Amino acid sequence: MDVSSTGIQEPFDLIRLSLSERVFVKLRGDREMTGILHAYDGHMNLILSDVEETIMIVSEGEQQATVNVAKRKMDMLFVRGDGVILVSPPSRT
Amino acid sequence: MLIFSVFKTLTDQQVTVELKNDLSITGVLKSVDQFLNIRLDNITVLDETRHPHMMAVKNCFIRGSVVRYVQLPAEHVDTQLLEDATRREAQTQTKR
Repeated sequence: MDVSSTGIQEPFDLIRLSLSERVFVKLRGDREMTGILHAYDGHMNLILSDVEETIMIVSEGEQQATVNVAKRKMDMLFVRGDGVILVSPPSRT
Repeated sequence: MLIFSVFKTLTDQQVTVELKNDLSITGVLKSVDQFLNIRLDNITVLDETRHPHMMAVKNCFIRGSVVRYVQLPAEHVDTQLLEDATRREAQTQTKR
């Protein structure tokens, strides 16, 4: 394993290398958000800025379920770690 | 510990706490502890018509585990300081 080139040894290193970059966060309760990561801890508590949250509102119809999407923006946000499902670093394309 | 320190620096600032039951409470952050329990003074509830039982409540203690988000005043958060402190804490975690 070539640790020196990536600097990644354990899972949290992936998040550490995403500090001050825009990350995608998937949360419990059909919520997702992107924001610039400024802080995290071992519980995956996060502090993000310039956040755009997307809430998927699923309503079960007679024939099929419909999904409505609500979006909102927040300046600076603390996210409690127990709601976090995954944190994804920015796509480098 | 890091996030606890951040909240301590934000005491006496106005914050909005969103709970897991979708209730949003805005108030002045009076104190916080290691579990991220939060005490708010002078509170208002975002959608008061939906939560009329909250109208008479002026201050409250929120158990940390029921918090989903806390909206912070961006002008009182030093992001550069946060990132440096996070890197430092991450390093001490891996050394153990």
